[in-house]
Amino acid sequence: MVFFEQILFVLALAAAGWFLTRRIGLIRRAILLGRPEDRSDHPGERLNIMLRVAFGQKKMMTKPLVGLMHFVIYLGFIIINIEVLEIILDGIFGTHRLFAPYLGGVYPFIINTFEILALGVLLVCVGFLARRYVAKVARFQPERHREMGRWPRTDATLILVFEILLMTAFLTWNASDSLLRERGFGHYGELRGTVGSFVVSRFIEPLLSGLGDPGLVAVERFTWWFHILGILGFAVYLTYSKHLHIGLAFPNTYYSDLRPKGQIKNMPEITKEVQLALGIPGADPTEPPAEPGRFGAKDVRDLSWKNLMDAYSCTECGRCTAACPANLTGKKLSPRKIMMDTRDRLEDLQRGWQKTGPDFDDGKSLLGDYITAEEINACTTCQACVQECPVNINPLDIIQQLRRYRIMEEAQAPGSWNAMFSNIENNMAPWKFSPSDRFNWADQLKQ
Amino acid sequence: MTADTTYKVPTMAEMAANGEEPEVLFWVGCAGSFDDRYKKVTVAFVKILNQVGVKFAVLGTEESCTGDPARRAGNEFLFQMQAVGNIQVLNGYGVKKIVTACPHCFNTLKNEYPELGGQYEVIHHSQFLQQLIDAGKITLKGGGTFKGRRITFHDSCYLGRANKVYEAPREVLQTLDADLVEMKRCRTKGLCCGAGGAQYFKEPEPGRKDINVERTEEALATGADTIAVACPFCMTMMTDGVKNKDREDSVKVYDLAELVAQAYSL
Repeated sequence: MVFFEQILFVLALAAAGWFLTRRIGLIRRAILLGRPEDRSDHPGERLNIMLRVAFGQKKMMTKPLVGLMHFVIYLGFIIINIEVLEIILDGIFGTHRLFAPYLGGVYPFIINTFEILALGVLLVCVGFLARRYVAKVARFQPERHREMGRWPRTDATLILVFEILLMTAFLTWNASDSLLRERGFGHYGELRGTVGSFVVSRFIEPLLSGLGDPGLVAVERFTWWFHILGILGFAVYLTYSKHLHIGLAFPNTYYSDLRPKGQIKNMPEITKEVQLALGIPGADPTEPPAEPGRFGAKDVRDLSWKNLMDAYSCTECGRCTAACPANLTGKKLSPRKIMMDTRDRLEDLQRGWQKTGPDFDDGKSLLGDYITAEEINACTTCQACVQECPVNINPLDIIQQLRRYRIMEEAQAPGSWNAMFSNIENNMAPWKFSPSDRFNWADQLKQ
Repeated sequence: MTADTTYKVPTMAEMAANGEEPEVLFWVGCAGSFDDRYKKVTVAFVKILNQVGVKFAVLGTEESCTGDPARRAGNEFLFQMQAVGNIQVLNGYGVKKIVTACPHCFNTLKNEYPELGGQYEVIHHSQFLQQLIDAGKITLKGGGTFKGRRITFHDSCYLGRANKVYEAPREVLQTLDADLVEMKRCRTKGLCCGAGGAQYFKEPEPGRKDINVERTEEALATGADTIAVACPFCMTMMTDGVKNKDREDSVKVYDLAELVAQAYSL
C-alpha cells in the first residue's frame, strides 16, 4: 500500500513538473517576443529595489491594514513551503514526518509556527473574500471596472477559496495525525512522546476523536493527499492566473525602470535622422539609416520584453486604476486594463502557437483589437499608476509606445493635437503666436 | 521698491556680446512667454531675481518649445527636432545652469535632453526660491499679508512624482507665515490637474467629469482661500476649476513666485 502510494506520488509530482515546465517555457517565450532592452545595469541598486519592494513588500505598506493582511499570506506562503519540502520527501520515500527524529524538540516548535501561519492565512483569505463580496471594495467591482469581468473575478475567488481549503486540509491533517499518534496506531505511534498535539490543530482534534482508527487513517490520508495535490495543482494553475505575481514579482522588481518617472524612453533611431535633417555634425550621412522596423508599438512584439514581463506580473489589484485621474473621472482608460489586455494578447498568441505553430497570425493587434485609441488618448502621463504599483509595473510606458504608433505610423492624432504640432513646428510654441513676440512679456518691466 | 522701478531682463545674446556669463539661465517656457496669466508669474520671478541680485539671463526670442507636449502625444520626431535645436542654442552659449517655472520644461530639460547631448544643471523655480530663502537672500517678514490665511499646495505631476520635488514648494510656502493645509491626495498621491500628457491641447475624452473639477473640489474642501501652484498648466486648470465652482471671488490661484513677490511687495 505504501509502495503504491509512493508510485502515485512520484507520478503526480512528475506530471505537475511537466505541466509547470511547459507553461513556464511558453510564458518565457511569450515574454521574449518583446524587443530587447538592456536592464542589466546597476545590479546593486536593482537587488536593493527587489529586496525592499518584493521581499520587504514596501509599497504594500502604503495601505497598512491590507498591507499587513497581505504580509501574513506572503509569510505563510514562504514559510509553510518549508513544510511542503518535508511532505514531498515523505511522499517520495514513503516516510512519515521525516524531519521529526532529526530535529527533536525543535520540530514541534516549527510545526506550531506553521500552524499559526496557516490559521493566519486562512483568516486573511476570508477577510479578502469579504473585501470583495461584502465590503465591495470599488476597484474589484465589475460594475465599476469593465476589465473585472467574469474570469478575473472567478480567478480571484478561486485563489482565495483554494488557499482556505489548503490551509484547512493542512490543519485537519495535523489533527488526525496527532490523534493517531496519541493512540499509538501503527507507524503513527512511533513519534508518541516526542511530538504532542499542535497549537492550532488541537482544537480540531475533538471533532475527529469520535472516529475509529480506520476512519481516522482515512481522514489523515485524504487530507495529506488533498493538501499536496492541491499545492501541485495550484502551482500549475498559477501560470494561468493573476496569482503568477508570487513568482514574477521578484524578477519584475529587479528589472525595474531606474530612470526618473518623468523621463520617457528615447528613440535613438530618430535622433540620427533629426541630426541629419538639421545638418548637425556627428551623424554620418553615408551610414545607411537604421531600420527601425516600426515607430512605436502596434502589437506585443513592438513592446519591450520588460513591458511583457510587467503584464504577466500584474495581479489585477487595481491600485493603478484607482489612482488614475482619467479613470476616476469616468474615462475609458484603465491602466490595469492596459496590463490585462497585454497579457490576454500574449495568452491568445500562445494558444495560437499550440494550434497552428509558431507562425500563428490571427490578424489582430494589441492596439485596435484589445486597446482602443480612446483609452490611450485619455492618459495625462501623471505617473500615478507607476507610483502605485506594488511590483513596479509601468503601464505608462506601454501607453506611450502605443501613442507613438498612432501618431507616427498611422498619423491619427486628434485634430487639436495636429494643430499643436504644427504650431510647435512653425511658431516654436504650442500656440499660434509669432515667435518674434516671445520676449514681449518683458516690455512692461523694462518700460 | 517703487512702482516706477525698472528691472533688468538681459538676454544671453547681450551677455555674450559683453563677454559676460550669467549664473543661471531663466528658461521662461511657452506659457511663461505667451499665456497672459502665466506672464505675470514670469514677471514676478524676474522681479525676485532682480531684487536678490542674481546674475541671470533669458534666451528671449531664441527660446523655443522644449517639445514636451509633442513627445507625450507621441510625436517623437517633432520632439527631437525641438530638443536638438534647443540644445544647439544652449550649448552654443555654454549654458551650465537653468532655472524654469514650468515643471514640464524642467523635466524635459533635466531628464530628456542629456540623452540628446544637452547636459545642464536644471532646477525648478520652487527649488531656486527655497535655496534663496535658505541662503538668507530672501527674508520674508512674518505677520504680513498672509498671516492667518489658508493656503493649499497642488502638487504638479512633473515636479512631484516625476522628479520627487515635494518639499521645496512647501518650504517656500511655510516662510509666508500662512496656514498651509494639505489636500487629501498630496505628494506621491497628488491628483493630476488633467493637463499633462498633452491633454491641455485637446478636449478630454468622454467621461463623467473633468479632472480639473475633481481636483478643484478637493482643493476647496480644505477651506483654503489660496491654491498655490507651481506649473502654468496646473494654474489654468485650477483657475478654470474654481470658476466652474463659482468660487473665483473668494478663492485665488497663485504661483509660488507670485506669492513670494507679494510678500515682498514687489
